[in-house]
Amino acid sequence: MTNADPIALSVLIFFFALVTVMGFVAARWRRPKTLAHIDEWGLGGRQFGTWITWFLIGGDFYTAYTVIAVPALVYSVGAYGFFALPYTIIVYPFVFAVMPVLWKVAKDRGYVTAADVVHGQYGSRALELAVAVTGVIATMPYIALQLVGMAAVIKAVGLQGDWPLIAAFIILALYTYSSGLRAPALIAFVKDIMIYIVVLVAVIYIPTQLGGYGAIFEAADAAFKAKGSGGILLGPHQYTAYATLAFGSALAAFMYPHTLTGIFATKSADTIRKNAMLLPAYTLLLGLLAMLGYMGLAAHLNISSANDVVPALFTAMFPSWFAGFAFAAVAIGALVPAAVMSIGAANLFTRNFWKAYVNPDIGHEGEAQVAKVASLVVKAGALLVIIYLPTQFALDLQLLGGLWILQTFPAVVFALYTGALRANALLAGWAVGFIGGTAIAWSDGLKPLHETGFGNYKLSLYVGLLALVANIVTVLVVNAALALSTRPPAQRSSPHIPS
Amino acid sequence: MEDRAPRRRSWLLLLLLLPYIGLLWVPFYNFREPVLFGLPFFYWYQFAWIPLTILVTWLLYRVTHD
Repeated sequence: MTNADPIALSVLIFFFALVTVMGFVAARWRRPKTLAHIDEWGLGGRQFGTWITWFLIGGDFYTAYTVIAVPALVYSVGAYGFFALPYTIIVYPFVFAVMPVLWKVAKDRGYVTAADVVHGQYGSRALELAVAVTGVIATMPYIALQLVGMAAVIKAVGLQGDWPLIAAFIILALYTYSSGLRAPALIAFVKDIMIYIVVLVAVIYIPTQLGGYGAIFEAADAAFKAKGSGGILLGPHQYTAYATLAFGSALAAFMYPHTLTGIFATKSADTIRKNAMLLPAYTLLLGLLAMLGYMGLAAHLNISSANDVVPALFTAMFPSWFAGFAFAAVAIGALVPAAVMSIGAANLFTRNFWKAYVNPDIGHEGEAQVAKVASLVVKAGALLVIIYLPTQFALDLQLLGGLWILQTFPAVVFALYTGALRANALLAGWAVGFIGGTAIAWSDGLKPLHETGFGNYKLSLYVGLLALVANIVTVLVVNAALALSTRPPAQRSSPHIPS
Repeated sequence: MEDRAPRRRSWLLLLLLLPYIGLLWVPFYNFREPVLFGLPFFYWYQFAWIPLTILVTWLLYRVTHD
């Protein structure tokens, strides 16, 4: 794969050019009176209906990195890598029950970010800042990982050096700057349809070349036995790891700025409910995609890094033109989440840092301008991280990012259901979860799982969920202590509408 | 939706816990047999929860929003 494959490369460039044009044209799509308003630039005018939302959140939540990393994990360890399947199923009952309530609060009071919601509910600048900073630092490595997905396919078509990645990202940065959330929303149509085609063709065609699913599982089982680790079923010690990772990830998923941006951009609570029933179609896709890891084992691919399993499988199994199409799908698949993530992070910076501390009197137009520049800075930062730091650094940070963002759950969600909690209690809980969780993960060598034991009974649990439990316990204890020692909670700032 | 039959609605919300129980209790499904279309039980059981979860959500949606 050292020489560029001209056919695959041409197909890749064609589709990349197509979505670039779409990205710039998107500024005129469902044209608002002005894009110089953060609701327009950063939330697409809060008017996305069921289908646009389905493509946007689907394209944004199931990222290019997922397409590369989930099969890579399954290729390396087997059944355990499938935790992404229960995770992306159980996330939707939660979305169905909670997100319409959150959306309504945001819509009624003009909130753009999770930190806006927190500030509005509790009137605490400190808690708002904690939620905003957590959102930004959890998102940055996630954007960087989209570049890893893109780099994997650029390498697979035979391009050398960093320049293709830099060029792709500059183009992405420019149309995100000019079109805002409309750009990824429009590109998501192309991206998602391409990914569906690629995955469906792959899971139907590749097994015919490898003797069917029965043979693929036999081959994978044999490969794990030969290796002495992993397996096509979970080992007894992996049960709690699998379940807690799935559960913790599901709770964290819609706390991220990019997923919440998709939620806040919808036009109604009903749009969200319908999407909670329609988005699981992508979960089916993800589950099928995970099978590619086993197909990689059955095909006896000769690869140096597990992240190459999908590109190598496509190169080995597909004709050049379809491999090029598949690579284009993954590369474009990186653009949509990277754009939405940078917009989500830019919204946080603008609303909860710039407006809160630098220029409280900023108008709508000023907000949109600050957010546009912030989105450029965020993307440049992610690009520098990928080019100058080892990939492992981004991977480790993304893992910690999941743990961190999960610690904002109590602050963001609990106020929707109870008025009894105080900002300082939530802040204490966040600090305990954030610092404690990071310390545990750090001491375990940045692994997502922590071994804990009661006597002879050993349990392996997701650190993020452990930290969340500590977080919630702290919130309850501190809240009770505050309630006993001081006067009742300050009046909720409900009618106060930040503009 | 908030005003309509809140008690009935909150009771039905418990239905949404079914996928959590079905998927988070791993001993339910960590088996190889029975195999379906070449897929061990572990895999097709979890895939089956996709339509089941949609069905549960849809039933709740119909009852509370029609």
